[in-house]
Amino acid sequence: MSLKIHLNRCKGCGICVAFCPKQVLAVSEVEKVEIVDESKCIKCGQCELRCPDYAIFVEK
Amino acid sequence: MSMEELIDQYFRPGRLPHIWCPGCGHGVVTGCIVKAVDKLALSKDEVAVVSGIGCSSRASGYLDFNTVHSAHGRALPVATGIKLADPKLTVIVVTGDGDATAIGGNHLIHAARRNIDMTVVLYNNSIYGMTGGQYSPMTPVHAKATTAPYGTIERDFNVAELVKAAGATFVARSTSFHAQMTTDLIAKGIAHKGFSLIEVVSACPTSYGRQNKMGGPADMMKWQRDHGVPMVAYEKLSAEDKLIKFPIGLLYEVTDAQEYTEAYEALIAAAKGGK
Repeated sequence: MSLKIHLNRCKGCGICVAFCPKQVLAVSEVEKVEIVDESKCIKCGQCELRCPDYAIFVEK
Repeated sequence: MSMEELIDQYFRPGRLPHIWCPGCGHGVVTGCIVKAVDKLALSKDEVAVVSGIGCSSRASGYLDFNTVHSAHGRALPVATGIKLADPKLTVIVVTGDGDATAIGGNHLIHAARRNIDMTVVLYNNSIYGMTGGQYSPMTPVHAKATTAPYGTIERDFNVAELVKAAGATFVARSTSFHAQMTTDLIAKGIAHKGFSLIEVVSACPTSYGRQNKMGGPADMMKWQRDHGVPMVAYEKLSAEDKLIKFPIGLLYEVTDAQEYTEAYEALIAAAKGGK
């Protein structure tokens, strides 16, 4: 597991989804971030850097 | 320290999720403050965070430093009192475009004029978000607001030029997209001895973006990416481009100006006749 998500903090704004260069993430029906395909993650950290809610972190 | 550890260390426990709307840039900016404090290896007790009123000013409630959530526009006078009482403290003022330039506009120019050693982080979301989207002195001219349904006819403040003219000795601008630059500039502003102001262009998708058809939160962040241009590159832009884009980075710095609390200490020493 390299992505850690705090669902209680996520507001489903979609910023992480838009800035992820590898389409790893999506916003679910309940307006929370979800992982679509973690195997594509290159740990670039864009999601963590841009998330305004401290809801997603890349574990090194 | 990882970002997650920084949040655990510098945020008050049990306060997240924060109050800011989905996609609001303020969370990013507050994260940058924490990263800057960590970068300078300051202890929580050495730092005082003072805020006024507004969306941005809620940050003081989340941050686990010495904090004051003061009255509207009055963060700077409260911060001035704190700094004079204990000049060793690192004082950070968290304010918004309306709080700093309208309600607290007079305090802003006079704190800058005195060159008192503190760092103002001005979260500029171009609107009064909390109260429902009224235009502020920093809402771009012609932009729509609930109080300007046909677009505001008032020309907006360039706060960087304003505080520079008033006497600030460190002036910078960044955006919530340029997060690493924001962290860097806040750290430099804190390290700078004198009045520092870092304007951070943030996004208000709820009250500003919607009225001005700027798209969703990610679109507003991309707008910042495409419109904030480093100073050197900005100067080379055509006159047309200069009107729609804005310079970011360190805009102005003076290091040899008299700092206010030092001048005050010197005055006390002189009045005591060296005793």
